[in-house]
Amino acid sequence: MTKPLKVITGDDVRYIAGLSRIHLQGDEIQQLTKNLEDILHYVHKLEKLDVHGVEPTSHVLPIHSVYREDHPRPSLKQDEATAGAVEARNGFFKVPKVI
Amino acid sequence: MNINQLTAREILDLIEKKKASPGEVYDSVLRQVKAADKEIHAYVRVHDAAGANSAGSPSVPVPIGIKDNICVTGVETTCCSRILQGFKPPYDATVIRKLKATGAVFVGTTNMDEFAFGSSTENSCYGPTRNPWDRSRVPGGSSGGSAAAVAGHEAIWALGSDTGGSIRQPAAFCGVVGLKPTYGRVSRYGLIAFASSLDQIGPITKDVTDSALLLGIIAGYDEYDSTSADVPVPDYTRALVNDVKGLRIGIPKEYFVEGIEAQVKRAVMASIDVLKKCGAVFEEVSLPHTEYAIAAYYIVATAEASSNLARYDGVQYGLRRQPKEERKSPLIDMYEETRDLGFGPEAKRRIMLGTYSLSSGYYDDYYLKGLKVRTLIKQDFDNVFRKCDAILTPTAPTTAFKIGEKSDDPLSMYLSDVYTISANLSGIPAISVPCGFSTEGLPVGLQVLAKPFAEETLFRVAYTYEQNTPWHKKRASL
Repeated sequence: MTKPLKVITGDDVRYIAGLSRIHLQGDEIQQLTKNLEDILHYVHKLEKLDVHGVEPTSHVLPIHSVYREDHPRPSLKQDEATAGAVEARNGFFKVPKVI
Repeated sequence: MNINQLTAREILDLIEKKKASPGEVYDSVLRQVKAADKEIHAYVRVHDAAGANSAGSPSVPVPIGIKDNICVTGVETTCCSRILQGFKPPYDATVIRKLKATGAVFVGTTNMDEFAFGSSTENSCYGPTRNPWDRSRVPGGSSGGSAAAVAGHEAIWALGSDTGGSIRQPAAFCGVVGLKPTYGRVSRYGLIAFASSLDQIGPITKDVTDSALLLGIIAGYDEYDSTSADVPVPDYTRALVNDVKGLRIGIPKEYFVEGIEAQVKRAVMASIDVLKKCGAVFEEVSLPHTEYAIAAYYIVATAEASSNLARYDGVQYGLRRQPKEERKSPLIDMYEETRDLGFGPEAKRRIMLGTYSLSSGYYDDYYLKGLKVRTLIKQDFDNVFRKCDAILTPTAPTTAFKIGEKSDDPLSMYLSDVYTISANLSGIPAISVPCGFSTEGLPVGLQVLAKPFAEETLFRVAYTYEQNTPWHKKRASL
């Protein structure tokens, strides 16, 4: 049975934006509501397809967990790893107050 | 002909015969960048001579353009996004390490759609690239800067990345050769991720010979990329034979229906005749799930993108913005403000779409369904390759469109990827070669697809086609 197409509302977009950690501003909500509506309407064509019993493909190569010997080897120094940070102190990334 | 219009193979021959020096070749390319790039805007950063030269033994000292999503130590790498402004990678991508070992000359960093999200290079935070064949038109995308640099004689060859056609479609629009290798053929270590199960780095070159040469340099297993395949790298130049006798080539009937421009169809049909005369055997085949490919792709690709782009949070690199007033908490406010300011409209659309299809309540209907349809699309190809060595299709349904023509309509932009995305979903290799020009003088691309790790078959078909047609010798006048 074909499922009906869900209508995307401004509240849905605000909710998804929260999950995506994006503070949408101005007319972005209206614009994204329309864009997502159009795209999901197009994607809805998949409903026509019966995928009962079909295995999902998340990866095309027959590769599974790849292991290597657990020997330490040279890696980035702390100051190199934090060199791109907006704020770093004593080799740590600095973030705004959490608690 | 100016040195910058030659292929890498021709240049290496000149250098070997001491008729040109690597320095002269580089100067010739740099002169062209200075003369043409103000208009074309293929590059977002051009290196000076000291920054361009690598220390390796100069076995292949050929000037190359590198897409802005491939990490080069100490060179700003931003994916053409505001959110990565100022990011200088502390390490080389594996493909860069390999290129440096051959003495590659790095001309600069090429323009792209932000995080490779797009088919026109209009979604770059640095502004669009123009097509060297017609400056009112897009070069395609997302590797539009790389393709325009090669077509505009501003690089001898270039690297791009292809998640849904981002090497092949711009190659088609710019009249050059673009190869998406088999998933796993080239290491993705140091390629800034868009969709990890689809992304591949590949060459953009002036002809098929150069494509084989450059793939030979960058291909191979890499312990730093656990998805790279431990499959030996053959000498691809040995596949450059002018002979397709007895090769079985499939023409998928689903690719020649509505939406294809008459001139594109005509050029592709004519190319079938060329290869028939060379002895290839054609038959009509069916890829029955083709009509579902775009929908499945935009679910899978955006889901992976929304996850991969979660790392841009104003902490480890790039941009940070703290709002003046507290809304949720100082940390969450910083994340949300930074990401609103740092991502462009298409990046936000894709992150939102991906987040939606992965979110509780929609996962089964969207993401899981997308992965199942992906299985069906892959099976379509498996079935065809049981009786065919290769598949021939157009690369894109149209020639290069006008700048601004599709930028207000994301869905119509997505639909322009119809012929390229299935190769990414199924992991197979595909190449686009020039196969003619429209009456407006715009290049048309022919796509050849083959089984996983059968790049040699692609080169054989593409090389034979090239040797029997004049298109690869045409140069844009700039």
